[in-house]
Amino acid sequence: MARISGVDIPDNKRGEIGLTYIFGIGRSSSRRILTKAGISFDKKVGEWNDDESNAIRTIISEEIKTEGVLKSEIQLSIKRLMDIGCYRGLRHRKGLPVRGQSTKNNARTRKGKRKTVANKKKATK
Amino acid sequence: MARSLKKGPYIDFRLEKKVDVMTESGKKSVIKTWSRRSMISPDFVGHTFAVHNGNKFIPVYVTENMVGHKLGEFSPTRTFKGHVAKKDKGKR
Repeated sequence: MARISGVDIPDNKRGEIGLTYIFGIGRSSSRRILTKAGISFDKKVGEWNDDESNAIRTIISEEIKTEGVLKSEIQLSIKRLMDIGCYRGLRHRKGLPVRGQSTKNNARTRKGKRKTVANKKKATK
Repeated sequence: MARSLKKGPYIDFRLEKKVDVMTESGKKSVIKTWSRRSMISPDFVGHTFAVHNGNKFIPVYVTENMVGHKLGEFSPTRTFKGHVAKKDKGKR
């Protein structure tokens, strides 16, 4: 079980996929890292020897923001938007979609579970 | 889509002139503007703008963090006070 930047990476996955278990690394940055470390994309995580996994570790710690650091950075940028009181900040405060999506229907990811209004008049036919 | 970098940020010409005059004279009075589309440039920091929202002018005091945003972002055009008899979500 390789452990990189605080996350366990499953042994039975290909390196390219395994690295994406780390928050902040997707397919493309995973490929970039492996290319730089000179490791085949198809090599399973369990087959990496110590040198290889150390090489990956150094590349990640030097070049990429992952996990906690990245998450706190995201929170900081959101906080900045909220503090300066711009439109995007207001939307974040209200928990509504930030990028101009329609909110008449749907938008459930941001709005959360439906809050049913009691005694709403039924449409008469 | 983002604006081409080649062109540089868009700032209303008249507004820019007003700010320059204001900076030179050292006065700090409110600059009334309709130009919501203008980018806030570093020169604007410390000035107060009255940005039109279609109805009235909303005073916006520009701080360093706001550089790079548009003036209109700080002057909401819609009023939604929430639905009746519900706990209010956030203030506007």
